[in-house]
Amino acid sequence: MTQVSFEASFQKKIDEEIMIEPQDYMPDEYRKTLIRQISQHAHSEIVGMLPEANWITRAPSLRRKAVLLAKVQDEGGHGLYLYSAAETLGITRDQMLQQLHTGAAKYSSIFNYPTITWADMGAIGWLVDGAAIMNQVPLCRTSYGPYARAMVRVCKEESFHQRQGYEIMLTLAKGTPVQKQMAQDALNRWWAPALMMFGPLDAVSPNTAKSMEWRIKRFTNDELRQRFIDVTVEQIRILGLDLPDANIKWNEERGHYDSSELNWDEFWNVVKGNGPCNKERLATRVKAWEDGAWVREAASAYAEKRKTKKAA
Amino acid sequence: MSSITTLKYTLQLADNVLIMGQRLAAWCGKGPILEQDIALTNISLDQIGQARSLYQYAAQIINNMPAADKAHLFNAPLLQEKINNQHTITEDDLAYLRDAWDFRNCLLVEQENGDWAYTVARSFFFDRFQYLLYTALQKSSDSTLAAIAEKSLKEVQYHIKWASEWVIRLGDGTAISKEKMQQALQARWEYTGELFVMNAVEQAAMKANIGVDVSSLQQAYQQQIEAIVNEASLQMPTAAWMQTGGKNGVHTEHLGYILAEMQYLQRAYPNMEW
Repeated sequence: MTQVSFEASFQKKIDEEIMIEPQDYMPDEYRKTLIRQISQHAHSEIVGMLPEANWITRAPSLRRKAVLLAKVQDEGGHGLYLYSAAETLGITRDQMLQQLHTGAAKYSSIFNYPTITWADMGAIGWLVDGAAIMNQVPLCRTSYGPYARAMVRVCKEESFHQRQGYEIMLTLAKGTPVQKQMAQDALNRWWAPALMMFGPLDAVSPNTAKSMEWRIKRFTNDELRQRFIDVTVEQIRILGLDLPDANIKWNEERGHYDSSELNWDEFWNVVKGNGPCNKERLATRVKAWEDGAWVREAASAYAEKRKTKKAA
Repeated sequence: MSSITTLKYTLQLADNVLIMGQRLAAWCGKGPILEQDIALTNISLDQIGQARSLYQYAAQIINNMPAADKAHLFNAPLLQEKINNQHTITEDDLAYLRDAWDFRNCLLVEQENGDWAYTVARSFFFDRFQYLLYTALQKSSDSTLAAIAEKSLKEVQYHIKWASEWVIRLGDGTAISKEKMQQALQARWEYTGELFVMNAVEQAAMKANIGVDVSSLQQAYQQQIEAIVNEASLQMPTAAWMQTGGKNGVHTEHLGYILAEMQYLQRAYPNMEW
């Protein structure tokens, strides 16, 4: 087969909704896009452990402590599946981590915001994991097999996370006035960053068109963001909290809620590294990696010795 | 059999696993490799789960006690007030409202995480003790404690495997890891003596057939620890002096900070549901 016919058969599979598997031919750009997206996703899981791990030792009850710890541990597990999925594309976990540590690879900007009250654990579970689910459910049908299969497992756990977050918010909203205020404050602070998780407007999104064509993505950023707003407004009403944006209003004609334009200047600045916690999050990851170097070296040296002993 | 003895004995068991679990939880997101981050938080989760079962039992004992018997159980004013006002006490009241001098955990578990070798050494020494303790506690005449011990033992079997494997791996890994592991074993060993010195509560609990004679576990402990240390090609740590106090409420400086962090929300926003 010629290069052209390889590519034609690749696109034919995509069009017929046949999943691409690691041993199949794929265009370089498709491979690169996937590596970028999956590793970014994996990095988001492990950097995302930090803002919540921040509250495990301070959780207000033993039950909350256990649930939060289990939740953050799940995020680590997601990181594992996703790194494994990316490894099928010919990159190692160490290489991906290197890219994270040098700033060459990105992770979700949401984790560059600080978690400053207990209500933030509720807001993150509810809004951040909620936005993640909205983004990720379509990925269970993404065109690359290992990624799609990893996402099936991830999505199952994320819906549990979202419920635990919403339950924290509900408990606070139905609690004392100061607890309700804590919940409102968290909602107000996390609302816009959560909406930014859907990425830039379609009109300026550099990767959307090609990703749609390759069926890596199934919906555009704008479509998903709108869907999230529509669902979440109703959930805010059930909590009995105030809407976090005065311009949220039902638009009969569109059949959707209108809302304020997001502060894209802030969005791009956080992406560029100027968010409140960018430096701190990355420094924590790098320190954990560097502090662990002697441990990993010891583990490989030990494994090597065992192998030699067995062979002898 | 006095229910106060059962209560105090149960709290002591609970405090050990809560503080150990709290310490390990602080590693979350910062482990040397993702798989080990997850393994360590698994252990932490098990311990917090054990602590919850034990505190729930302790709370139940308090709630069923005649008022006169529980008028002076704790130094902590918030908790004692709740008890005296006939509030239903919960696991969280016991974990979050007592101050350090009411805690009866051993000194070992409150020691700092340090680096990976220090964390491994502390778990290695503690988990092995827990294994022997829970094995014996399964025969407790108190059926709740016996059942908790039986269930927890299954988890501890994994914990000792994890810690022992790491002692061996680091001991027999690189020159650096060997040195670090040896140092950590040496530094934490002085907190192991206390585990086998019976305090008044343990003595009363033993007499009542509720509790375990921990002094009788020391020989097996020493042998099992030594076997792993040898396999790791490390030296058995030595200590001229063993630190004691935690089991009688006299702690190292660390516990106050652990509690300040752990309890702060309950303190800053008292009497609320979370």
